Amino acid sequence: MKMLINVPETVVADALRGMAAAHPQLTVDVENRVVVRRDAPVAGKVGLVSGGGSGHEPLHGGFVGPGMLSAACPGEVFTSPVPDQMARAAAAVDSGAGVLFIVKNYTGDVLNFDMAAELAEDEGIQIGKVLVNDDVAVTDSLFTAGRRGTGATLFVEKMAGAAAEEGLPLERVEAIGRRVNESSRSFGVALSAVTTPAKGSPTFDLPAGELELGIGIHGEPGRERRAMMTSREIADFAVNAVLDDLRPSGPVIALVNGMGGTPLLELYGFSAEVQRVLGERGVAVARTLVGNYVTSLDMAGCSVTLCQVDEELLRLWDAPVETAALRWGR
Amino acid sequence: MLDTAFFVRWLTATAAAVERDADLLTELDSAIGDADHGSNLQRGFRAVTASLGEEPPATPGAALTLAGRRLISTVGGASGPLYGTLLRRTGKALGDAAEVSPAQLAEALRTGVAAVAQLGGAKAGDKTMLDALEPAVEALGSAPPPDGSSSFPAAARAAAEGALATVPLQAHKGRASYLGERSIGHQDPGATSSALLIAALAEAAEADGEVSE
Repeated sequence: MKMLINVPETVVADALRGMAAAHPQLTVDVENRVVVRRDAPVAGKVGLVSGGGSGHEPLHGGFVGPGMLSAACPGEVFTSPVPDQMARAAAAVDSGAGVLFIVKNYTGDVLNFDMAAELAEDEGIQIGKVLVNDDVAVTDSLFTAGRRGTGATLFVEKMAGAAAEEGLPLERVEAIGRRVNESSRSFGVALSAVTTPAKGSPTFDLPAGELELGIGIHGEPGRERRAMMTSREIADFAVNAVLDDLRPSGPVIALVNGMGGTPLLELYGFSAEVQRVLGERGVAVARTLVGNYVTSLDMAGCSVTLCQVDEELLRLWDAPVETAALRWGR
Repeated sequence: MLDTAFFVRWLTATAAAVERDADLLTELDSAIGDADHGSNLQRGFRAVTASLGEEPPATPGAALTLAGRRLISTVGGASGPLYGTLLRRTGKALGDAAEVSPAQLAEALRTGVAAVAQLGGAKAGDKTMLDALEPAVEALGSAPPPDGSSSFPAAARAAAEGALATVPLQAHKGRASYLGERSIGHQDPGATSSALLIAALAEAAEADGEVSE
């Protein structure tokens, strides 16, 4: 597998150096692997810190900036960051108003953020936490590590970020983050396996002519494999899986997310099918976002995330945001 | 009695085993996880080895807590906190004694393994590192063999058998749990690396020549 890298050991550091050069509004600590908005800490504002394994770009570093995250901690590829990184990030963004950790429900992320919270609290920083667990593909979550956190992470980071930017206190920002998570569900589909720089070959074997339904974002296989389906059939399957669980009673924001290896031409076509299914099910779509936002390296495929919104959440979604990967309204 | 040098030898032997079997661990992880267990532990134990050289610990407890802290701050993923907690809590349970008996080590390890179970919310049979660690602690804690030999080799055997016994299990914790029944038929990478840790303990004891109770 050909990759645009030097050696696997330096891919994360190399990417961070490039990110620093491209986005002067960010402070990038390459050695300690912390990406911080340059004007942090902002007086009176709750800090938002997220992080996770690298390989999901633009998540999370691409979402650092006014209106969204205050800092992000990229781990090794597909490996959660370590507590020292998160504690360092918390210290860098805390203005005294406290810091909210946004954590995807993967065992490693949860454990490391829990340890980081202890470290930060020892330093006198007030810590809140939102656990993102939106993936409906994990059906029997009593017998697993629970639902994974995937596409809804973007919704939580955007809307809690807007709430923090408005100057709301930590408890309120945390409550909004939890409400966004509870209002969101996702389903993902892989058309190809993922190749990590360290391994250099696909991490699971997905024969041509087949697809995986219900994949996570770390190259882990899904729960079910089927013969390849059309965009229309995949949209029917994925959107219905989300709707059957979410059962929205109002309008939704739809995220049609690429996993990294699928062109926008296909994603927009798929998004049209998503709109069709939602229309057939009588679900109003308030906003739609199409693109590669929560990716899995070179994996081909997509995920659909729906977030049911009320007036407050929609206002927070529409609020100005200025990050490397998401930018509108200012 | 077991002195600080014994514990440094144990950690060094573990680091060597991780170097030797990193590819195997990653291969096992690629079947049911995300293919990085070997490289992650390798990064952590290299840091442990470096720290042991830079700031030699004064007591057995200090050696283990130092190693635990280094693993937490370098490994990431689930293995960082889990292995870090195992060694840190075992080290803390040993206190600041200059030497400890094998029985005291067995008791301290029991505390460390319990902390891992609590942190990960797992139990034996969930297809995790506990499936190797719990039988190892049982073997260590039981009465020493009547032939006067130490119980370390028995612990290493119990851990290896425990790791093998994860093959037919369905994973209930960690990333492998998302595979459901498809996790059956694969050996758990965490139980495998845990067996390496206990095998290294037996190796350190063997190098000690005579381990008196």
